[in-house]
Amino acid sequence: MTNFEINRRKFIVTGASAAGGMMLGFHIPAHAAAIMDEPWMATDGGQEVNAWLVIDPDNTVTIRVGQSEMGEGVFTGMPMLVAEELQCDWANVKAVYADANRNARQKAEPYMVAAGAAKETDGVYQRMSTGGSGAVRRSRIYLAQAGASARERLKQAAANAWGVDRSVVTAENGILSSGGNSGTFGEFAAAASTIQLESEPAIKTPDQYQLLGTSVARLDTPLKVNGAAVYGIDTQVPGMVYAAVEVSPVPGGRLVSYDFDAVKDRPGVMAAYRLGDGGIGTLNFNLEEVANRVTGIQSGVAVIADSYYRALTALQLMPKEWDAGGHGDVSDTSIIEAALEALANPDDPTYNPADSVGDARAVIAASSNVVEATYVTPYLEHACMEPMNCTAHVTADRADIWVSTQNPPRSLSVAAEEAGLPEEKVHVHTAFLGTGFGRRLRQDEVRQATAIAKALGEPVKVIWTREETTRQGKFRPYSTYHFTASTDADGKPEAYWNRIVSHSIFNHQIPQFMQDGIDGQAVEGLDERLPYAFPNKQVDYAIRDSHLPVHWWRSVGASQNAFAIESFIDELAHAAGADPLDFRLSLMPEGSQFRRPLEMAAEEAGWTTDLRRGEGMGIGLAEAFGTVSAQVAYVTVSRRGQLRVESIDVAIDCGHVIHPKLVEMQMESSVVFGLTAALYGEIHIKNGAVVEDNFDQYQMLRINEMPEIRTHFALSGGDKWGGVGEPAVPPVAPAVTNAIFAATGKRIRRLPIRNHDLNA
Amino acid sequence: MAFDLNVNGASYTVDVEPETPLLWVIRDNLGMTGTKYGCGIAKCGACTVHIDGKKVFSCTTKVSAAVGKEITTIEGLSEDNSHPVQIAWIEEDVPQCGYCQSGQIMAAAALLEQHPSPSDLNIDTLMSDNICRCGTYSRIRKAIHRAAEIAQG
Repeated sequence: MTNFEINRRKFIVTGASAAGGMMLGFHIPAHAAAIMDEPWMATDGGQEVNAWLVIDPDNTVTIRVGQSEMGEGVFTGMPMLVAEELQCDWANVKAVYADANRNARQKAEPYMVAAGAAKETDGVYQRMSTGGSGAVRRSRIYLAQAGASARERLKQAAANAWGVDRSVVTAENGILSSGGNSGTFGEFAAAASTIQLESEPAIKTPDQYQLLGTSVARLDTPLKVNGAAVYGIDTQVPGMVYAAVEVSPVPGGRLVSYDFDAVKDRPGVMAAYRLGDGGIGTLNFNLEEVANRVTGIQSGVAVIADSYYRALTALQLMPKEWDAGGHGDVSDTSIIEAALEALANPDDPTYNPADSVGDARAVIAASSNVVEATYVTPYLEHACMEPMNCTAHVTADRADIWVSTQNPPRSLSVAAEEAGLPEEKVHVHTAFLGTGFGRRLRQDEVRQATAIAKALGEPVKVIWTREETTRQGKFRPYSTYHFTASTDADGKPEAYWNRIVSHSIFNHQIPQFMQDGIDGQAVEGLDERLPYAFPNKQVDYAIRDSHLPVHWWRSVGASQNAFAIESFIDELAHAAGADPLDFRLSLMPEGSQFRRPLEMAAEEAGWTTDLRRGEGMGIGLAEAFGTVSAQVAYVTVSRRGQLRVESIDVAIDCGHVIHPKLVEMQMESSVVFGLTAALYGEIHIKNGAVVEDNFDQYQMLRINEMPEIRTHFALSGGDKWGGVGEPAVPPVAPAVTNAIFAATGKRIRRLPIRNHDLNA
Repeated sequence: MAFDLNVNGASYTVDVEPETPLLWVIRDNLGMTGTKYGCGIAKCGACTVHIDGKKVFSCTTKVSAAVGKEITTIEGLSEDNSHPVQIAWIEEDVPQCGYCQSGQIMAAAALLEQHPSPSDLNIDTLMSDNICRCGTYSRIRKAIHRAAEIAQG
């Protein structure tokens, strides 16, 4: 069998018609938006003052955004960080994506290095990956510097023109003034771009903020109410054809055969390619080779046609035979059972210590008051609203990639590697993202699309169906936990011993990040980062991987660890006959960063244990990405076992807030994300393959189940700058399950909640 | 086969198989990408459009069933973001990633045709076809009530 079969006649005919016929009715928006429909489009004209900002003669300021807009608001928040210092008129600010190709070609500008806000080896746009809740906290200094250094250059340009000292020139709302002289930023932008300063200005301290801290309207909203915003899946390139893909339903399995002859005469069908495993693509998905695990091409097949539906129909009708690659006996039950077996054997030699204080094992062995519990959390898929896709065009000396990506430079390097081109010849056009949640850091779709485009020689849009997107997920690992604690006669803990067995992301794909057998993400919040102090403490970790590819899922290890520890703390409180709020506070060391957010959430929620049967309040608490989030859930459970999550009060300490409304939106988003997973989230494996494939089986929270969510700021200020995109996900599940316990007496130790009968 | 379609007040002729979902005709043949693919099985609502003023899932509506009818997509709701639902959506800053919002807005516009002063129960019932992974639900609810006020002046 050849790897590439083409129907040449149809290719020529439909290729021509696709270029000519597709664009009729193309939508042109009637408004002049602050962001282009295609957010990667470069601005024409204007004067670049530095790599981050361009000023037009009419005083419009275009600010380049290095992070990816996936709902979190970076197309508003990042420009605010620059504009605060630039002191331009916010009403004249536009935003556009920074160019990953330029970032590959150009290092940090000298003024940025001189200011100490960049290293010489940094790319000009520095951190272009969007993840780790890092947009504000990890880019604010260099973005502020870009604005401040530009402002002082504008002032110097005006000072030179007016024959005055820069110190007497002011810059406010895009206007430069001194005595009787005044002019716009636009008038002095060209001169400013050539000015060298003896020293770079200091950036503002939070007490000096004027724009930051206000909830200005999001710049992307007008594009998102009329269909104008272009997501990766919406990319339209002249002459573009479409690819539908199906790869081995069992990760690491392979396509044995396919019969393109059976479908090649269907309308619009052009070609089929074998993917990976001897077909196209430089890297095959082979779990034996770590380098291949992240972006390697899974064995499968792509069908090319002149429309997506024609490609998809032919793909689905095409006979295919698969081999499970030795994983055909694996199920989610077999995976979890292996972990539970290790969990049940404290002397299993694969354990490594993650934290140790005193001698917990000995104290527990000698105690007669012991509380024990085991918790299980499942594999999860990201379920990005926009199914995975990538459009690519590869020629002999240039590659173009249009993709919803959380990491444009990584998209670029993967495409360059696959296309066989140097990075400077690869252009990544970052689209709006129909959510990311970590999934769009991976870039496996970019390698696949680049390989197809290279073989085809024409621009091609590759779309995964929802089913393919779910089955070919890069999953949040399962994790299992066993806790043992001994207490004195009053229920006060004397020793605490926690064993964790999980599928490790680091061990799977970045083994160099493992430290003495410990995956730091897998024990997040459980090792020395535990909010609670015990006189004797032991935390042990062991790995039980499976053939599934695993990946970062919004809030990563904390997403599941908080459920385990916050449930067990609740169990200890109830065993001691103590109020769960007071019990937690009593275990927090002096000066704990957790105390104030927890107290605030409890106070705002009207915390009480004095509720009728069928009503309950529960607490969840976690620290992640530099931010503490405490939550109190209020639930009702009917006598027939019907659960309703009525409200969740969220208190956060992220140090500072640059846009309160964006933070509130992220809290609401995080709660819905965490609640969806807690109630419904579970990926099953059968015969080595993922069972769930679409929203009829992989259930999502809907508007009729939406609790009231109230956000409270417990900001400690100072040097603390925490993230906001992820930290409020982890506390949701335990807050809800602890509330269910308060309402019903039923303790949920394995997620999701829907598997449990809450009927009294 | 050729099919004559009326989309947003304009006439188009497309040459596709009769079973082709309206979604893909709108997106690929007509080049209007505001209507989104989310699931293909009428379980997420991202593909919601109006046919003769009623909301439908375009992902499970065959093109042959849309001939001779008035199809409205998000691009045709207004020319300048002036539909009450769009105004309310902007006022309340509803969208986050925005991918589901075309479908949410089309569903909300159809809801308000049916219930000019909707109750929360109306909203729960008629908006629960639409999934939002960013969790904008409470802002959607608020914006629908606001749109009802705007529509009634």
